[in-house]
Amino acid sequence: MEKILQVKDLELSFHTFAGEVKAIRGVSFDLNKGETLAIVGESGSGKSVTTKSIMRLLPESSSEFKNGEILFNGNDLTKLSDKQMQKIRGKEISMIFQDPMTSLNPTMTIGKQVMEPILKHQKVSKTKAKEVGIELLRMVGIPNAENRFKMYPHQFSGGQRQRIVIAIALACNPKVLIADEPTTALDVTIQAQILELMKDIQKKVDTSIIFITHDLGVVANVADRVAVMYGGRIVEVGTVDEIFYNPQHPYTWGLLSSMPSMDLAEEKLYAIPGTPPDLLNPPIGDAFALRSEYALKIDMEQAPPMFKVSDTHYAATWLLHPNAPQVDPPKTIIERMKTFRGSRYYEQANGGDA
Amino acid sequence: MRKEELQQLPPEKFERITIDSSSAERISKPSLSFWQDAWLRLRKNKAAIVSMVVLVLLIIMALIGPHLNGHDGEEQILRHANLPPKIPGIEKLGIFDGTGQLGGEKVNLYEIKKVDEYYWFGTDGLGRDLFTRLWEGTQISLLIAFVAAAIDVVIGVLYGGISGYFGGRVDDVMQRIVEILIGIPTLIIVILMLLIMEPGLTAIIIAISLTGWIGMSRIVRAQILKYRGQEFVLASRTLGASDKRIIGKHLLPNIMGIIIINTMFTIPTAIFFEAFLSFIGLGLQPPAASLGTLINDGYKVMEHQPYFLLFPAVVISVLMIAFNLIGDGLRDALDPKMKD
Amino acid sequence: MAENPYTLFLLKGNKVKVCKCFHFEKKLIIQFDINQTHVLWRCNVVKYIGKRLVYMFLTMFLIATATFFLMQTLPGSPIASYNKLNETQRAIVEKKYGIDKPKPVQYAIYMKNLAKGDLGTSFVFKGKSVNDLLASRVKPSFILGAQAMVFGTIIGILLGMLAALKQNTIWDYGSTFFAILGVSIPSFVFASLLQYWVASQWHLLPVGLWNDGWKSSILPSIALAMGPLALSARFIRTEMIEVLSSDYITLAKAKGANGFEIAFKHALRNALIPLVTVLGPVAAGIVTGSLVVEQIFAIPGIGEQFVSSIMTNDFATIMGTTLFFSALLIFIIFIVDLLYGIIDPRIRLSGGKG
Repeated sequence: MEKILQVKDLELSFHTFAGEVKAIRGVSFDLNKGETLAIVGESGSGKSVTTKSIMRLLPESSSEFKNGEILFNGNDLTKLSDKQMQKIRGKEISMIFQDPMTSLNPTMTIGKQVMEPILKHQKVSKTKAKEVGIELLRMVGIPNAENRFKMYPHQFSGGQRQRIVIAIALACNPKVLIADEPTTALDVTIQAQILELMKDIQKKVDTSIIFITHDLGVVANVADRVAVMYGGRIVEVGTVDEIFYNPQHPYTWGLLSSMPSMDLAEEKLYAIPGTPPDLLNPPIGDAFALRSEYALKIDMEQAPPMFKVSDTHYAATWLLHPNAPQVDPPKTIIERMKTFRGSRYYEQANGGDA
Repeated sequence: MRKEELQQLPPEKFERITIDSSSAERISKPSLSFWQDAWLRLRKNKAAIVSMVVLVLLIIMALIGPHLNGHDGEEQILRHANLPPKIPGIEKLGIFDGTGQLGGEKVNLYEIKKVDEYYWFGTDGLGRDLFTRLWEGTQISLLIAFVAAAIDVVIGVLYGGISGYFGGRVDDVMQRIVEILIGIPTLIIVILMLLIMEPGLTAIIIAISLTGWIGMSRIVRAQILKYRGQEFVLASRTLGASDKRIIGKHLLPNIMGIIIINTMFTIPTAIFFEAFLSFIGLGLQPPAASLGTLINDGYKVMEHQPYFLLFPAVVISVLMIAFNLIGDGLRDALDPKMKD
Repeated sequence: MAENPYTLFLLKGNKVKVCKCFHFEKKLIIQFDINQTHVLWRCNVVKYIGKRLVYMFLTMFLIATATFFLMQTLPGSPIASYNKLNETQRAIVEKKYGIDKPKPVQYAIYMKNLAKGDLGTSFVFKGKSVNDLLASRVKPSFILGAQAMVFGTIIGILLGMLAALKQNTIWDYGSTFFAILGVSIPSFVFASLLQYWVASQWHLLPVGLWNDGWKSSILPSIALAMGPLALSARFIRTEMIEVLSSDYITLAKAKGANGFEIAFKHALRNALIPLVTVLGPVAAGIVTGSLVVEQIFAIPGIGEQFVSSIMTNDFATIMGTTLFFSALLIFIIFIVDLLYGIIDPRIRLSGGKG
């Protein structure tokens, strides 16, 4: 499979009043052509920062790449000049933001905002750009696009604004589309529409999507692969099925257990205890150990490397080390694992041959 | 870490441990109160800190300055009129050595007039010591500013607070009044008031306070309205808290910051208006000195004795800058999101 | 948080739309459900203007009344050399100026004349009407005020932008310091110093008076412009910094816009709109400043006239000028508020955030 974007050992820090905040502490992942990679994690886990650093949208005065590279088209994005980056942004890689209410310029007509990347990156006339713009708006499902071209953002609803933002992002047929929690600020019904739209569009324009979210329900709906982030690191990565039905990292277990579900209505919802790690002084060893009931001695001393589970599935937990004791994941997780071919709880009764 | 190393990790390291879940709930940062946090932020603001030091120095000088060199600010020694500055020690450097202009020539006026005393900042046309008068004037200007600001705060907070907290009819009537008053330019009302009152300290303070409180009352009202509707106040009310408790425990602490910030900007405005009024002749009457009257006197003889204007001009400018910088610093520290 | 909202029910198509409109912190805020159009907004503006006009009238009425009665309590006599006149002469003079009649009658006559725009007759300048007096002096004041306002604001905007774009650099500190000086140093101190150094010592420009055409206006204009310059520089800096950190600027960057486009196309307009709200205070500052600055530079303008009429107890002129200034400032603030509503295409969807 063609790798379109590769992030290798990325480390990034913010310089703040209080000191250096190590927001990303060695993140590596690949994005394949045409796939949707979901990055999940709680607030502050570094998922948004990772994607913003791909776009180089973090304030240069306070953020600093400490290590690693972001390879795109053979270029390391961390090393490009501002001018070179401007040619990539909006053209090769574009982005959709969380809050559609604030991500459009309130004093500019939406037509102008849609046309801007077209005029910027493609050598076309204004009339042509307008045609393309209207076509885009139509594609994302804005009815009566010609007439609404001259309207201002406040004249659109939240869902419509997010559609417009998507249209802007798609204006130059980007190779990579980064969606930073694009549905979080929307009503549930609108969320579903936007997700449908994105899936629909991905088929049409064949772009790769990085989808950031903390909502596992959304992940199951859109993603091909999932990366789970915690404390500035990716702790587990795999296909959707692997993450949902054969999770290995205690944090992933926690995330999945805290997801409300219809068929497991019997007991109270699980909540992961504690708070995310303080990235100002990140803990030595496994950042999640302090909140985990599966902590090992070594978790306090050394950060776990990525252990391979399958060709597509990796997890950073000492539990996967050959010397580690066998532990039983939470009950709900075992239930899940029972249905996954290849997991140690897989029940043949369900018709498999493991 | 390489593969071999991974393999060699001793098994005992993989013992399970129990984490005290309370330690997971511990808060990693020391918790700071709002004011501690604000002070921390303010301390980082060098300009504000320097301004505070300067301001304290100026206040100290305003208090002890008039008694430093043994001259009396109202004592008129006509023989010593119009002397340029002469400071012991510094005079040897060729500045402040008593040299002034007489008939277009540079001469040492102290020698000509046979004056043995030192007048650090020179004397005015009546032979009064300008150093003493400068600090007396600073004292008066600061007094006016502080009193006017205090009155603004009291009236403004009460008016805005009552209007915002009780709302409804009361608010309606009170706001109608404010809406009419706010249309009246401050300048106009201040000048009119001074015309009908006996000129002097009280008149200036009243004139400045007369419109000053309106801005404060509007800010306080807006803040009260903002917080009154918020959940924590509703929650407190649901739990049966009295008006007094809600105001004292919930509303006041939240709007304290904005009141302080606004006061810090009221003070320089008052200093300015006092000086302005004195400059156009509506302020303090002689022999009382304020920074404004000193600037006014100095301006009249600017051609020949520029230092006469310069010293009060510098003091008033430094005062205003210091107050503005402290206000800015406080605003950033107390309420980073607040704008002008 | 609605500040005395009035509710409007408007029929659009066959739907009834409800919106609230109120005046808050000098900003017109219109609150209503999404998907309204400009038509509705204009309806509100008409009502808003009506309300404002009523208040303007009330304020002016109050000022006129207050001015009249305050003047009556003034110590000293309005007529020069009053003491030298004998009984009959006094009676003649009093009759001529209408001050022999009872106060309420004087008041009624005064208000009636005022309604016709007649500000009365000067007590000091024999037989000259206050209207003529003001008219003969309006030109220099207007030129100075306009120059100070226009140049001060423009330079201030540029300075503020520079500071915001180069935040925390020497440019920022430099222009911020300059702005602090401008806000802090009283205009008459600045004017005196300018006059002393530039005119008296270096002989670059005229010391005062209005005889050298444009040259005469330079120094007083600079002295008056410092306030607006500093105020707008500070204001634009704060606004710009906030705008620059907003989501739509990030989106503009994500589109590939360069620094110049972001500063001027996206950020400036949004930062300028709120600047309009401080134009009122700025104008008031210029009027205040003109009193002293015109006196210092001996400019034959209204400010100088006002100060000298205070010195000579010229009641009619004081009253007339006071009313003139009040009307001017009230009108400017009204225009400014209207302008704010007109140039901001965004309609606040909810006041809840304020």
